[in-house]
Amino acid sequence: MTDILRIQGLNITPAHAPERRLVKDVSLTLARGKTTCIVGESGSGKSLTALSIMKLLSAQLRMQGQIFFEGQEISHHQEKAMQGLRGRKMGMIFQEPMTSLNPVLTIGFQIGEPLQAHLGLKGQALKQKVAALLEQVGIDPARANSYPDELSGGQRQRVMIAMSIACEPALLIADEPTTALDVTVQAQVLRLLDDLKNRLHMAMLFITHDFGVVADIADEVIVMFRGEIVESGSVAQVLQSPQHPYTRALLACVPDAEGKKILQPMTYDWLATA
Amino acid sequence: MSDILLQARHLNKTYRQRIGALGLKSQSIQALDDVSLQLKRGSTLAVVGESGSGKSTLARGMLRLLELDSGEVIFDGEDFLALDKSSLRNARRHMQMVFQDPFASLNPRMRVGEIIAEGLVIHQIGNVRQQQDMVIQMLKKVGLQAADMHKYPHQFSGGQRQRIGIARALILQPKLVVCDEPVSALDVSVQAQILLLLKQLQQEMGLSYLFITHDLRVVRHIADEVMVMQKGKVIEQGSVETIYNAPQQKYTQQLLSAIPGHGLRAVAA
Repeated sequence: MTDILRIQGLNITPAHAPERRLVKDVSLTLARGKTTCIVGESGSGKSLTALSIMKLLSAQLRMQGQIFFEGQEISHHQEKAMQGLRGRKMGMIFQEPMTSLNPVLTIGFQIGEPLQAHLGLKGQALKQKVAALLEQVGIDPARANSYPDELSGGQRQRVMIAMSIACEPALLIADEPTTALDVTVQAQVLRLLDDLKNRLHMAMLFITHDFGVVADIADEVIVMFRGEIVESGSVAQVLQSPQHPYTRALLACVPDAEGKKILQPMTYDWLATA
Repeated sequence: MSDILLQARHLNKTYRQRIGALGLKSQSIQALDDVSLQLKRGSTLAVVGESGSGKSTLARGMLRLLELDSGEVIFDGEDFLALDKSSLRNARRHMQMVFQDPFASLNPRMRVGEIIAEGLVIHQIGNVRQQQDMVIQMLKKVGLQAADMHKYPHQFSGGQRQRIGIARALILQPKLVVCDEPVSALDVSVQAQILLLLKQLQQEMGLSYLFITHDLRVVRHIADEVMVMQKGKVIEQGSVETIYNAPQQKYTQQLLSAIPGHGLRAVAA
């Protein structure tokens, strides 16, 4: 079976207001070796969907639905069982590389943590693996003793990537990993992620609001609006012949580098007719 | 009246940065290295560069929000760097700024009406009644409502807050508006609305924009002239068509080819 992850009928509600659904009936599957992008505006539920896979939702939120990971249902897993998966079978990269790294620990130590915790590596073997990971993400292994503040934004994001793939996970979740980066650095990091996904044969769930990034990295695209999936399909289908009026409206407000397109402000007229 | 509103010649600025384990040593960083530019009335000059390129230092230096080491700034025919305190205050009326973060740049304790009217109060323009009328007019111009003046910033979304920031900048009818990454913190759907609003207001009010950004897709849609900066130096300068269609410098070519969405281009056409 090539499906790494399957979500069925996911609903997320605030604990105090169960009638307000923040994520509504979301179902999706992620296949090995494929990148699936979730696109949407802020508040569309894209990050909540990703967090629920890892069971990292805030305690104020309630989640219903089924999540299968490598064929096994994990929706009822306790915290202990999830800890065995996170960092081991599922890696995650966040938007802000500065706030997600611990400033008082060297990057080598932080990359080594999941290897110690999950694989029991130590001593020389641990050192070698950390060096190999740094090399894999394009950082000089001699920098293992550096602290996060000694690195640039792009290098920090590479460290985050090295941490997340340390145990060669089956699934990598990346939540806006390049939004805070300069455009040339963004291009490098996207290429690196794509390359690692192929090499490690992972499923990648990539969350973004940038259709340009989607066009560069996605195999499959899921468009979310106010907690619901309004459209999904292959990247060619969704970008070239969008079916849903929301997808069309969202594409129409993305500026293009040629300046040929006439920018359209977002409209929600279709909501009345839908 | 010359058709050049703002001209800068040979601007230099060096920062000292502490380095070493205890910050005992220091090195100097040339944030601006012989930068010159000119902005035509009613047009938009985009300053493009990655972080650390000096684009924000340039804007702040020209507005005298930080002191430059050397150089000359001519604003509306006057030697701007030589102005004394009171003339500077007068001149500032004609140059306003729109900031990147609409959450951090509005005082959360002030009502929207007070925020927008503050410039009028400082420059003693009109009486209270007139000021209120001007605020209402301005709110409508940026797509908000008169009743919004009684609300606080937290009651608005990011895009609406940016509209408030724009209203605050434009109420004094400035000649120059410096926009420092005004849309980079916004959702793409909201980004388009704000860009279109800025364009429309430029035509209505004859504004000149100095537009600072790292987003080359945005530049393509808003700028007349483009200036590319790297490490404090001007790498390339020209009309938006020339820069995008025939970039001369390697760095500009790199920036352009790093724009995400090559696959999207075929779709957009």
